[in-house]
Amino acid sequence: MATDLREQMREILAPFQGRQVVLIPALQAVQEKFGYLPEAAMEEIGRLAGLSANVVYGVASFYAQFRMTPIGKKHVAVCQGTACHVRGGARILEAIERAIGIKAGETSPDLQYSLETVACIGACALAPTLRINEDTHGKLTTNEVEQLFPKTAKQEEISNS
Amino acid sequence: METRLNNEYKILVCQSTGCESSKSDKITQALETQIKQLELSKNVQVKFTGCHGFCQQGPIVIVEPEGVFYTQVKEEDVPEILKSHIVDGKYVERLFYHNPVTGEAISLYKDVPFYSRQQRLILRNCGHINPEKIDDYLATGGYAALKKAIFEMQPTQIIEEISRSGLRGRGGAGFPTGKKWEEAYKAKEQPKYVVCNGDEGDPGAFMDRSVLEADPHSVLEGMAIAGYAIGTPNGYIYVRAEYPLAVKRLRMAIAQAKERKLLGSDIMGSAFSFDVEIMQGAGAFVCGEGSALMYSIEGKRGMPRVRPPRSVASGLWGKPTSLNNVKTYASVPLIINRGADWYRSIGTEGSKGTAVFALTGKIANSGLIEIPMGATLREVVFDIGGGVQESKNFKAVQTGGPSGGCLPESLLDLPIDFESLTQAGSMMGSGGMVVMDTDTCMVDLAQFFLKFCSNESCGKCVPCREGLPLMIDIMKKITQGEGEPDDINRLINLGETIKSGSLCGLGTTAPNPVLSSIRYFEDEWKAHVIDKICPALVCRALINFYILPDKCAGCGICLRACPVEAISGGKRMIHVIDQEKCIKCATCLEKCPTRFNAIVKVTGEHITVPKEPVPVGTEAK
Repeated sequence: MATDLREQMREILAPFQGRQVVLIPALQAVQEKFGYLPEAAMEEIGRLAGLSANVVYGVASFYAQFRMTPIGKKHVAVCQGTACHVRGGARILEAIERAIGIKAGETSPDLQYSLETVACIGACALAPTLRINEDTHGKLTTNEVEQLFPKTAKQEEISNS
Repeated sequence: METRLNNEYKILVCQSTGCESSKSDKITQALETQIKQLELSKNVQVKFTGCHGFCQQGPIVIVEPEGVFYTQVKEEDVPEILKSHIVDGKYVERLFYHNPVTGEAISLYKDVPFYSRQQRLILRNCGHINPEKIDDYLATGGYAALKKAIFEMQPTQIIEEISRSGLRGRGGAGFPTGKKWEEAYKAKEQPKYVVCNGDEGDPGAFMDRSVLEADPHSVLEGMAIAGYAIGTPNGYIYVRAEYPLAVKRLRMAIAQAKERKLLGSDIMGSAFSFDVEIMQGAGAFVCGEGSALMYSIEGKRGMPRVRPPRSVASGLWGKPTSLNNVKTYASVPLIINRGADWYRSIGTEGSKGTAVFALTGKIANSGLIEIPMGATLREVVFDIGGGVQESKNFKAVQTGGPSGGCLPESLLDLPIDFESLTQAGSMMGSGGMVVMDTDTCMVDLAQFFLKFCSNESCGKCVPCREGLPLMIDIMKKITQGEGEPDDINRLINLGETIKSGSLCGLGTTAPNPVLSSIRYFEDEWKAHVIDKICPALVCRALINFYILPDKCAGCGICLRACPVEAISGGKRMIHVIDQEKCIKCATCLEKCPTRFNAIVKVTGEHITVPKEPVPVGTEAK
């Protein structure tokens, strides 16, 4: 498995060989494939760029985009930018946290959901907004949150008991 | 071009991030299928475009030649548009735009006040051309400026023209573009670089995104002219990772331009070559700062550095680099085509040309707008923006992003330009303009901006890294009703120290929202610190929710909706909120049916309610 992972990585990284702009696009390419940056990625990208794995990790950890842990099937990014803030974005986030049972920055143990906040997805006229994977949803209300994140049967049971 | 003559109608559908999230792609598909079914293909052409700017009314559909403007169109509306408008020649009135102030229905695009009061130069093609077809851009005279620059002008002439036009950097700082190009031109070292800053990180701003999505060629053309002027074939465009559609359209635009020999080697058969590579950001706000952005392209942590040397002397990989904003480059082809004198005639003494703003927040008409410099905030907020949403009262407008400032009603007649906004304690910034109404708490908002900047601080300068969290701690105390009289002065002192002790644009401006908010809204701050109330009813520790016993019908809706089971009651019983348990999420207030309106939100006020649920109709004593 481990060698398999590295082989896949080398395949992804091959096109970057010899290019001037390498490090961040390479990290992005690996994350796009795996959904996160496995530890081996630091070494493989380091080898490609002629850097130590530490330096690569140092760069990756600086940027909010990069994750070091696997991500849920539904990646929910709730906008907390200015326009969303003044139109109640914080309450939308809370409602989602309650609906899917994890806090911002967390991934559910069953890897169904990852929840994070972003500081503007640029759809401010539709505030408050969120994105689930590639789909943007705007003009949200707590009612719509309930529709987007229906309670599972199990949660229903708990809240009724 | 000939095909257009045979077509009577052209239906334009906006397909930018805003309208796409309202499913405008489905509208395009439905139009195409149904036009075929109705055998209208000969007379009707469907075209998707970039952003029209009026995102709040989206999805937007415009039917030409009349220029009829349909708003909030749904897939289900397509048959009616085709049958009624196209076949029977009867406009679909229910989809017209309604003036939020007068309620009047407006049928034509050109008559909508949101548009009629704008001067769209940078946004000239946005919403009118298909950004994925280079022929659309060429048909508007695209790449004529590049041709003129390469074949009729010397680099020094171009720089002279840009200098004389008075164009200043549209990223916010307002540095004269011509001067920057001149220094980059004079720099001896090779290779040089032209870099476009599309790392639009300000929350509440989407100007650059819209331009890149709706008119990518105008930016590429501007970059190529810059490359010719300073003498380099190397271009980079740095785009936020959060803008996938902008990246996709840029990729297509670059490929198409290369195919037509408008980019790449030997452009239009000349000896000049210019190539653009896209670099996607990785989610760091500070990378909007020039030196940090270049480090990020180099594959380093995006931390700003001490200047001088400035990037025109030592930029990307230590080489001379001219870095400009998306909107600056988009302005360049216009100036080359129409001349510096024309451009100089627009705007104010010190700020020439137009400014693009993303008008958002509690405003009736949210969207992307462009005005000549010198227009007043009042014109923008009320004439174009249609005033505050839901006929509430205007309170403040925030310009310049998270490090700008909040300006009060008394400054509404301030002309908008680089100098006047800075003098008022805010700044031009990249173009975010967020409107607040009286439901917005200025203290809470200042805290919001400060948290944002603190999160995004790269940590290099101590005053920014350590000072911003200290300010946040004080503000937390204030919003929780534990403020001390001297806290306001402490914030001012800390803010001034952070401004003077930080290197880059982030640290030197991060305290601005707090400082300007204290300057213009001191009463509201004092209300929090001294009276322990939040007049806008926002700060949770200072507000309470009550169920009014004389209005509660005991329906149980709020009880079931409360996420923390803080409401007790029963059938036909007056419900009661347990103030200890209540997290003040306002769910009950939203769910209480309007025919009862039994729930109130108050600050610094105690309302007498029964301790336990009592039957409806029993007097609460």
